[in-house]
Amino acid sequence: QVWQIRLDLHLLNHDGNIIDAASIAGIVALCHFRRPDVSVQGEEVTVFTPEERDPVPLSIHHMPICVSFAFFQQGTYLLVDPSEREERVMDGLLVIAMNKHREICTIQSSGGIMLVKDQVLRCSKITAVKVAEITELIQKALENDKKVRKEGGKFGFAESIPNQKITAFKMESAAVDTNNVEEQAEEIITKADPPSEVFAKPILHTPGTAQIGEGIETSWGDLEESEREEAAEEEGESEATAFEVQKMETEDTSTTREAKKGNCKTDRWFVCLDEPIVLSDSEEEEVIILEPQELPMKTR
Amino acid sequence: LPSVPAPPQMRGSRSKALPDRAVVNCQYSMATFSTGERRRRPHGDRQAGELALHLKQTFEAAILTSLFPRSQIDIYVQVLQADGGNYCACVNAATLAVMDAGIPMRDYVCASTAGLAEDTPLADLSSPEEAAGGPRLVLALLPASGQIALLQLSARLHQERLEAALEAAGEACRALHAVMDRVVRERLREVTALMGD
Repeated sequence: QVWQIRLDLHLLNHDGNIIDAASIAGIVALCHFRRPDVSVQGEEVTVFTPEERDPVPLSIHHMPICVSFAFFQQGTYLLVDPSEREERVMDGLLVIAMNKHREICTIQSSGGIMLVKDQVLRCSKITAVKVAEITELIQKALENDKKVRKEGGKFGFAESIPNQKITAFKMESAAVDTNNVEEQAEEIITKADPPSEVFAKPILHTPGTAQIGEGIETSWGDLEESEREEAAEEEGESEATAFEVQKMETEDTSTTREAKKGNCKTDRWFVCLDEPIVLSDSEEEEVIILEPQELPMKTR
Repeated sequence: LPSVPAPPQMRGSRSKALPDRAVVNCQYSMATFSTGERRRRPHGDRQAGELALHLKQTFEAAILTSLFPRSQIDIYVQVLQADGGNYCACVNAATLAVMDAGIPMRDYVCASTAGLAEDTPLADLSSPEEAAGGPRLVLALLPASGQIALLQLSARLHQERLEAALEAAGEACRALHAVMDRVVRERLREVTALMGD
């Protein structure tokens, strides 16, 4: 028998470390799932409905659980199970997935952090401890659920509704120590270069349109060929840019925007916008204003 | 087959530029004739995207990006023959290219795979060994300081054996480092001899 199993994970509350949460949710879902029973006799295959025969659990060999470690300050500080704020400021992340038999299922280090071998071994030991705890919790919950189902009590969502556990999980936002932040922020601001002054000089083309600033000279002609091949393979991106271009072309008429494709030499195309001041409120949808001069606007 | 255009120039959108360091941009592609069966899509593979991302992270950590603010370093790698350890070959080749281009790095980045076949650690797995389904560890190492730039493990491996596998990969990386060092010095000698004339 070959079954195809699909696992969909929906994230309801992201407060950091979604990998761990997702792995726990996934494996628990698979353990909890029951599939319809099947009997094969020669060429005949009968799939029983849940009413005819009790559904059968999947055969799970082991339960891999991920544990994430966040590194700060080039590996001096190590945090297990980072929260969202901690994730935002971390240097790098190390994910270790282990099962309760202390077999490491996967290790992934990402974020450009430099690790030393001892750190990795230490992390794996911490992981072993955490995974043992979590696996116990999972087993207890699964057994609890089985018991409650047999006795006919409330289980699954019904159990958590009165406590409003899923929808209204409120946690007081942890106070962040900001004593030193002001001084550090001052330092950073004084050291950083001030942003260059931008002088806006509106240029009036015709009554009704104006232009502030000028886009950079487009250098699309020579690049279009080679980049188009590359981009054609990356379906997602080319669709996105096609959509962008179309959006520009339709919006063009109603708000008289001039889209100039600037100096773009990467495989991700950008559309540089100059937003002119709309001097007249146009009621019509299609307003095409003919410019007196030829503007270098390249369209695909 | 890597290429690193040097000196680093900023391309693409200015808004992506970081004010205090360089951005490293990596692209990975495989030639159609590189694997056993002819591949139809050299670019745009999910595997290519993932490998490019790993390459980018590795080199962002290894290159001294703070010396080139507001610029971009491009690394393009193309695999001509894939026989296991694609990522490792790319890292090693890209290290040599970056060295050749004269971009300062913390140290050579050497990468190697390691695996276990019934308690014997193996280094630098070939593709039949990889396909056999045993645990596979990919390690990118900076040999002088022993720092690990990237570590990936697929398939199950017992915690006790982790150290042995790490050791095996580490040794392979160090051997590679010796070879790379020698090659770089020879090339340097050649180039200075030619320029001196």
